[in-house]
Amino acid sequence: MEVEKKRRVAEAEGDGKGDPQRAVERTPPEDLGTEHPLPDADRCRAILEKMMLIRRFEERAGEMYAKAKIGGFLHLCIGEEATVVGSIDAMRESDYLLSTYREHGQALARGTDANAVMAELFGREDGCSRGRGGSMHLFDLERRFLGGYGIVGGNLPLAAGVALACDYKGTDDAVVCMFGDGASNQGTFGETMNLVALWKLPVVFLVVNNQFGMGTALERHSAVTDLSQKSAGFGVPGPRCNGMDVLDVHAAVREALRIAREDRQPRLVEAVTYRYRGHSMADPEEYRTKEEVEEWRRRDPILNFRKRLADEGIVSEEDADALDEHAIKAVDEAVEFADASPFPDLAALYDDIYVFGEQVRGWHTVDERSPDVHPGEQEREAPEVSRELAEAGAAYANVGDAQERRRRHREGGKPDEEPGEGESAGEQREDEGGDD
Amino acid sequence: MPAMRYREALGLALREEMHADENVFLMGEDIGVFQGAFKVTQGLLEEFGEKRVRDTPISENTIVGMGVGAAMTGLRPVVELMTINFSLLALDQIVNCAASIRYMFGGQVKVPMVIRMPQGAGHQLGPTHSHSLEAIYLHVPGLLVAVPTTAADARGLLKAAIRDDNPVIFIEHESLYGQRGEVADNGEPMRFGEAAVRREGDDVTIVGISRMALTAEKAAEELATEHEIDAEVIDPRTLRPLDLDTILESVRKTNRAVIVEEGWPHGGVGANLAALIQEQAFDYLDAPVERVTGADVPMPYSKPLEQAAFPHAEHVVQAALATFKDV
Repeated sequence: MEVEKKRRVAEAEGDGKGDPQRAVERTPPEDLGTEHPLPDADRCRAILEKMMLIRRFEERAGEMYAKAKIGGFLHLCIGEEATVVGSIDAMRESDYLLSTYREHGQALARGTDANAVMAELFGREDGCSRGRGGSMHLFDLERRFLGGYGIVGGNLPLAAGVALACDYKGTDDAVVCMFGDGASNQGTFGETMNLVALWKLPVVFLVVNNQFGMGTALERHSAVTDLSQKSAGFGVPGPRCNGMDVLDVHAAVREALRIAREDRQPRLVEAVTYRYRGHSMADPEEYRTKEEVEEWRRRDPILNFRKRLADEGIVSEEDADALDEHAIKAVDEAVEFADASPFPDLAALYDDIYVFGEQVRGWHTVDERSPDVHPGEQEREAPEVSRELAEAGAAYANVGDAQERRRRHREGGKPDEEPGEGESAGEQREDEGGDD
Repeated sequence: MPAMRYREALGLALREEMHADENVFLMGEDIGVFQGAFKVTQGLLEEFGEKRVRDTPISENTIVGMGVGAAMTGLRPVVELMTINFSLLALDQIVNCAASIRYMFGGQVKVPMVIRMPQGAGHQLGPTHSHSLEAIYLHVPGLLVAVPTTAADARGLLKAAIRDDNPVIFIEHESLYGQRGEVADNGEPMRFGEAAVRREGDDVTIVGISRMALTAEKAAEELATEHEIDAEVIDPRTLRPLDLDTILESVRKTNRAVIVEEGWPHGGVGANLAALIQEQAFDYLDAPVERVTGADVPMPYSKPLEQAAFPHAEHVVQAALATFKDV
């Protein structure tokens, strides 16, 4: 009885946790973070330029998604640019970066060519993952960007393993691992924090706290909402910073990286930020109000940084406009590049599943798409009917040379009556059913 | 050729490869101070130190994931999981990361790691420690799967697995750790994708998976002495890559096939193999392909029930005889 009474009292006095109908005010953190002096002019310009590129890239990606140039899910980071650029700018070139599936900005901030990122979103051969990964799985080994990962919390153990390799080999490289507030509820969060603290690994975790795990607000998915506290019990302490202020994020991550690298103590930094757009493009955003979004937009990381640079005479408004024009142009070029890049060769379907060394004998993979069963690794020498069926399948993609493929498949039958490619510039994406 | 136990052969392979390549290291629960739940890693902590023989907390998904991350950046981790049932906790990292990373990132990185785990019934460990789940890993493109049954194969295949640039699921068998067998004097690794013909025969092909290769051999002896049937026994040794050619060659000779596995029947290794055999050697078959599998139940604890729930030689003999019943 006593328990029941306490429960009722708690409900009556409750803060609305667990009640989806009750609107919770999520105002930007006024008192979070401190104002930092500006770095030198070139650095300021580079930071602004990077944030602008990411903003413009994401806007165009959204448009390309609406035009069905991009498939699957598309998670945009508009609003989070300061968190992305501030943290990555604090890294050395030899450090490693791992991220979640909302990682176009991370790749661009790390220096991956916008062309290669856009081509990946388009599913093309020149994409940074050769069209095999898509929006959620960008990768750039050369820049030590070790991937976007589609499983929430799945990248934490990997980052710990990369940090272990840095430690094992005796280098002073460190690792930055980014994930959202939602990932702090996964089992891998606690497991990984414990292990990196136990083994004193050089890794910094950056929680991009954008207030929502998909559509579930922070206070409805996490009992402890100060996420910087959540890892402390496992031995990985760290600060909160203002994720809308690029310099505050930079300072917090730089110091955390120093401690991880020099003192061999892993750290977690929570960046409090906000994404202006939905979780993905298939998000009706019924979990928040327009006023709330507007309130955060007033703290826009790009506009505020830009204004400060103008006020302090570092980058004039005209110069900033020119940088923005430059970003728009770069993104235009990326779209052109992506559109011109070919789709991957159908015969390459089975490439790169295995590394073939001494052990080429045997059936590594089995192609069962046609009556001509064969090892997948022999796809390039597959019988004619297998190739025809592959082309018939690919024709359902309704892109590229779909018409030609269909014609070839019919072999002398009537050519397609539909004119042109399956996807004209004006075609709009139909509504998608769900989301991840 | 020296004789040693299966567990010693595995330990020897680990030692040899750790000496040969300083990037090879071990991670797992109780592999160091405790010397390994099945004593495979006995003595290795003392020999190689804590940097290379790492006791981990009980966090299967994360230690496998750390192995993947380390493998992506140049190391060659060998992760030990205490049983194959526990590996289910790591299924996310095994399937979504280890198996997929090379492909989904367009071939930019490789994941050279080994995940060792024992499977199998017979020790009254009940439904969370006794299963045979090789079919789950066989299902996944991107993984290699080894199921060694002899001391020589254990050593040769583990060495090959460590040197290979792909993620390898290395499935040992709890009942085999104490088995003795001869191993070669030289330390050459064995090639994956090469089946062993354990016994030659002309009348029926019996394919035995993991420990069931030994059960199949026992059944073959009985078929010869009691029924005048000359069985050919094949141990595939690795399921990915699979030496399908050797199996098909045998079936084309004997015209009959029996597949024996300890795992569950639905979607099992035998189901897969039977499909491949009928697709590619249908005209040679004189009888339907027979399967002998573990019972379609969680493994019971009670000793008689447990023994009844996985195949013995008698089951295999009956299945082989069934392929002759209409002749």
